[in-house]
Amino acid sequence: MSNVVVCLFSASGYDRAAQGVAGAGRRLADSLGAKMHIVAIGPSNPDFNSQAAAVADSVIVADQAELSEYQPEICLEALKQLCRPLEPRAVILSNDTWSQELAPRLAHRLGGSAAGDCLDLTVVDGSIRIKRSVYGGKAVATIELKRSPAVAWVRSRAFDPAALAASTGEIKHASAEIKPDDRTRIVERKSETSGEARLEDAKLIISGGRGLGGPEPFKDLQEVAAMLGGQVGASRAACDSGWCPPSWQIGQTGKKVAPGLYLAVAIQGASQHIAGMSDSKVVAAVNIDPDAPIFKHCKFGIVEDYKKVIPLLKEKLAAMK
Amino acid sequence: MNIIVCLKQILDPEIPVRDFRVDSDKKEATRGSANMVTNIFCENALETALQLREKTGGKITALIFGSVESAEDSLRKALAMKADQAMMVINDGHPHPDPLAVAQVLAAAIRKTGEFDLVMVGRESGDWGVGQTGGLIAEELGIPCVSFVDQIESGADGLIVKRQTDTGWEKAGARLPLVVTVTNNEFNVPRIPKTRDIMMSSRQPITKLTLDEIGVNAGEVRAGGSYYQVVDLSIPVKDVNCEFVSGDTLDEKVGNLAKRIMDIAQAL
Ligand SMILES: Cc1cc2nc3c(=O)[nH]c(=O)nc-3n(C[C@H](O)[C@H](O)[C@H](O)COP(=O)(O)OP(=O)(O)OC[C@H]3O[C@@H](n4cnc5c(N)ncnc54)[C@H](O)[C@@H]3O)c2cc1C
Ligand SMILES: Nc1ncnc2c1ncn2[C@@H]1O[C@H](COP(=O)(O)O)[C@@H](O)[C@H]1O
Repeated sequence: MSNVVVCLFSASGYDRAAQGVAGAGRRLADSLGAKMHIVAIGPSNPDFNSQAAAVADSVIVADQAELSEYQPEICLEALKQLCRPLEPRAVILSNDTWSQELAPRLAHRLGGSAAGDCLDLTVVDGSIRIKRSVYGGKAVATIELKRSPAVAWVRSRAFDPAALAASTGEIKHASAEIKPDDRTRIVERKSETSGEARLEDAKLIISGGRGLGGPEPFKDLQEVAAMLGGQVGASRAACDSGWCPPSWQIGQTGKKVAPGLYLAVAIQGASQHIAGMSDSKVVAAVNIDPDAPIFKHCKFGIVEDYKKVIPLLKEKLAAMK
Repeated sequence: MNIIVCLKQILDPEIPVRDFRVDSDKKEATRGSANMVTNIFCENALETALQLREKTGGKITALIFGSVESAEDSLRKALAMKADQAMMVINDGHPHPDPLAVAQVLAAAIRKTGEFDLVMVGRESGDWGVGQTGGLIAEELGIPCVSFVDQIESGADGLIVKRQTDTGWEKAGARLPLVVTVTNNEFNVPRIPKTRDIMMSSRQPITKLTLDEIGVNAGEVRAGGSYYQVVDLSIPVKDVNCEFVSGDTLDEKVGNLAKRIMDIAQAL
């Protein structure tokens, strides 16, 4: 029987992203007639292990001290050692920074081929195919991975979680043989989120673009978002201008979000921006230009100067509370 | 310090959606009247390299694997931005060889440059958005890699690289040699070359090498696709009709906007 391996970081918990990746792995394993194993690296997290065991045939826990925090070279070597004995047909990872950094290199070490930002995974005549958006969101490609294992990092929240108790997997502890490697060493970490929740999990997002003209209007957007229980995001142009941190960027090369409502303020709607928010349930926009491409994606919108709209909107929303 | 910056030339990613077409047989975008440009993240990488050189000194080599007809433009621009030298590996095969083939070509070319300390690539290309070349070059060269880097300083034992993460940033100490993939931030917006430097760049020599000259399996690279193969390329159709909020006055319009927003927010 062949194997599909899902690699997850226990530090993030069994969150929506992890559930999506596990769901993708479970369904791929089912269509290959394979077993699905979750390899969990990071600090000891018993909750994670038991939740993961409910969807996997086995959970391989690597919580040794060397892996308690993410270090690229060490985690890569560990994953290689943990995956290799399973001779996997496929290895599935999430689309967080760390997974994206490791996936192609892991494929190389396992003699496989990688593809990323997958929206769909299928098996055609025994070959694994992935679907991904290309040309800055203007086209969609289907790609066949020629080598085994197929290593794919997936747009985790685009995949449904696996049915719970689909399985009661065995929890095994494994340890990798890790030689010290200090060629690179992460020495400092900082978080700068725009609110309580992760942008990717936000139910409502208000995003600002270059048309805002500076950092101050972002404070207004944050106030409006707070009134609605939402978060603030941004276009690349706004991030590049230094008006907000890069971690707020939404798009092809930023966060992939899927809120119930996405309100784009002074954002043109370039395909690369749309690539990060097109899974939103409802899109709305404030833009001074009636021909702005963003309106092609909107359910509703207003053609006005944001400088007039936002203060009034704040007033109106406050009055409705 | 010897810095290699890998540049990829791509179809202008800023062309509007309405002008974008694909050739579903060739599984490529059709060029049309669009320009070929240097991938933006490669220019962010070059800008980061130029700023590093200002602090630490060193030599910057711009490296491209591309078509002999157009790739020179990207190298000339890099020279005009003040890269020290330029090198091209001529691609006379498939326009988009698979990522492993590209990485093998670039790794072989990097070895050919002689001593190298820092290899810089973009986080991903703006056409196929593969996002693998940096990591695969690191594996081919057997050296470490840090991805999504947006700032580099010299450190006690090599470099201090700052990189973006999902929630903020991380700083790593790194010894050389090293590969970094570079992403954009407010400090590495590519500089505009001076007219004088553009003129000078047109007279600078460019080293051109064939696949056979760098010692890779040229047949396999030309064919492309032993790593992966594109089996379909299409343009998704999506039609949404935007309803512009109505009202005789601005106040009324924004009132209606607020109502629609609140209705959705409360149902979430
Ligand atoms: C490889 C690559 C990757 C990229 N990745 C991303 C990405 O991940 N995310 C991303 O966002 N972009 C990305 N981009 C950039 C993208 O192509 C656009 O350049 C960018 O999204 C434009 O940002 P913007 O809409 O804020 O700015 P602009 O294009 O400058 O648009 C500003 C908008 O504001 C409107 N406006 C101006 N003044 C006002 C006012 N007073 N009131 C109301 N409206 C006003 C204008 O009408 C205009 O529509 C990428 C590009 C490339 C090449
Ligand atoms: N043909 C190429 N020539 C030079 N550099 C390349 C080439 N293809 C990819 N790269 C480098 O790899 C980065 C990431 O590309 P990709 O992995 O294709 O998304 C680019 O930004 C370039 O720095």
